[in-house]
Amino acid sequence: MPKIIVEVMPKADLLDPQGKAVASALQRGGNKDVTGVRIGKRIELHFDRPITDTDLANARKIADEFLSNAVIEDVVNVTVEN
Amino acid sequence: MKIGVVTFPGTLDDRDAARAIRLAGGEAVSLWHADNKLQKVDAVVLPGGFSYGDYLRCGAIAAQAPVMKEVIKKANQGLPVLGICNGFQVLVESHLLPGGLIRNEHQHFICRDQKLRVENVDTAWTNQFTLNQEITIPLKNGEGGYIATQEELARLEGEGLITFRYLDLNPNGSMNDIAGLRNERGNVVGLMPHPEHAVEPGFGPDTDVAMRSGVDGLLFFKSVLNALVSA
Repeated sequence: MPKIIVEVMPKADLLDPQGKAVASALQRGGNKDVTGVRIGKRIELHFDRPITDTDLANARKIADEFLSNAVIEDVVNVTVEN
Repeated sequence: MKIGVVTFPGTLDDRDAARAIRLAGGEAVSLWHADNKLQKVDAVVLPGGFSYGDYLRCGAIAAQAPVMKEVIKKANQGLPVLGICNGFQVLVESHLLPGGLIRNEHQHFICRDQKLRVENVDTAWTNQFTLNQEITIPLKNGEGGYIATQEELARLEGEGLITFRYLDLNPNGSMNDIAGLRNERGNVVGLMPHPEHAVEPGFGPDTDVAMRSGVDGLLFFKSVLNALVSA
């Protein structure tokens, strides 16, 4: 199935409480070499036809305006999987 | 005076907000998230809860709801709008107020009677307070950490748009102890704590006088009625 994959991460300079909680669980579990964890989102937009450049441009717009909040997050990747 | 209270799927405190409006002397009108019309209300409250299950980001999907198109349009024309907790999150996601709200710094949900300082009384929702008045109303949130860029924070401080600040304890890691904000015009106010839970003796926060006698939240709703009468 053709899809556009949008990846969103919390801004690097902001606290990511989820990542922090997972990092301390990993430390407790003995994964001493893992120094940090950050948790973001992978969002898939599905299509039942091949994806066009217009779709991709629209997806970038959706990613910036709705799927992420620029105050707290960055869109780190928008990729097509045809 | 008719004050609309919006119910989104997952809203919790709409009935409390409606009751607060009635106790202050107003008429509460229920508005549904899928409505395109605001039924000629004179003001709108976006109540607390977990609209759309907090999916995507708190308030993000609610900000796209049909009723919000109208709320945003009218707010930009001066309609008084108060966003409480999830309603505050909806306001920032709607870009009616700047910044964002993220998970509490300590990673826990928190519920407590919270002391605040009212730092701006030139708004539709705070005109019945005195400047720097200290009030106590309930706070209950998991994602109440207010953040904004340093430039935005400097602007908010410089223009006096910070309307409520946490006192004694910062419950969620909010930058500059920000509990609530107003827009430039003063018709839109958003805050994390819940004024609608401190409007009736017997059900509010404890005070020095008596248990559960705190009614500091009532002045929010009396303020908007006053603003509407004076308008």
